[in-house]
Amino acid sequence: MKTYRRPVSATWWRRNPYYVWYMVREASCVVLTLYALTLLVGVARLAQGEVRYEDWLERLSRPWAIAYHVLAFLLVAYHAWTWFRIMPKTLPRVPVPDKAIVVAGVAAIGVCSMLLWWAARP
Amino acid sequence: MRTIAIECLRYHPETDEAPRWQRYEVPFSDDMSVLQGLQHIKDELDGSLTFRWSCRMAICGSCGLMLNGVPKLGCEHFLRDYYPGPLRIEPLTHFPIVRDLAIDQSDFLAKLESAKPWLMPKADPGEAPHRQTPKQLDDYYQYSKCINCLLCYAACPQYGLNEKFTGPAVLALLHRYNADSRDGGKGERMPLVNAEDGVWGCTLVGYCSEVCPKGVDPARAVNQNKIESTKDYFLRFLAPRGSK
Repeated sequence: MKTYRRPVSATWWRRNPYYVWYMVREASCVVLTLYALTLLVGVARLAQGEVRYEDWLERLSRPWAIAYHVLAFLLVAYHAWTWFRIMPKTLPRVPVPDKAIVVAGVAAIGVCSMLLWWAARP
Repeated sequence: MRTIAIECLRYHPETDEAPRWQRYEVPFSDDMSVLQGLQHIKDELDGSLTFRWSCRMAICGSCGLMLNGVPKLGCEHFLRDYYPGPLRIEPLTHFPIVRDLAIDQSDFLAKLESAKPWLMPKADPGEAPHRQTPKQLDDYYQYSKCINCLLCYAACPQYGLNEKFTGPAVLALLHRYNADSRDGGKGERMPLVNAEDGVWGCTLVGYCSEVCPKGVDPARAVNQNKIESTKDYFLRFLAPRGSK
């Protein structure tokens, strides 16, 4: 039987907003990796002494570094939200509504972030 | 009566090298479904248009189509919601086109059969009814509502990129039987779940569950089985297959 198979283009994800947001979720891990490396560099600078560490801190306070932080924060926040949103589908059956799991997850990360901020305050 | 522009993807294997678009002006009333629009084209405008349909009430799963790029049942959506158009109708994406809007489902059907989607009773209940509690029913009931309409396959980019992927509906139906308290066939179905193209081919895009017209949640079935597959992998070190 002769059939026609439509090719899947490299831009398949652009044809539906649902796929676009999926790709944002997947792509956010790139920025997440870069940010983890940035923090790792900070640890290395700390080991090299106060001067190098202060220099690293100064570089991070430049406008492009602030923009990078804002972008990383937005993408990580989005990733975290999608992570909790799909969490009920990945859990074994529990007698709790899906929405409660999502809300509890987001609330837990909110509380943890606040605690960290409190513990790290100057 | 208003008129809506409908553009159909046409493909006749005898004459066409590749699909082409054809435009029709279809008069419609407010109560007409997209499927009825196609039937009007076939009956009044162009008898050569091919499409599948049967029940007209979202039960048979035959009239799955891409409506403006979104997988939907033609019988379940009204033309009025697409007025003034153009409404672009394509065959379900990710499947080979046999003719016009009809796709070749053989890949899905072979996969469905490989999942052994039937009850393999754990124990012979004899003459007595095989009882289940409401909770046991609830464990699989939503998955039993699948009508094999294939909208979830058209929604799944992983299936589009790799047609070896078992896919949402087959994995949901496989889970329907594995999760049934009366069934004893899980051991026979696990190799399909564990395979590279089984549940691990899913990256949880989640669009399959969004487009399902029957409220089935295939993404949940697939991801429940990632847990099952992991348990199956580790438990075999404790209890090698074949041992009791």
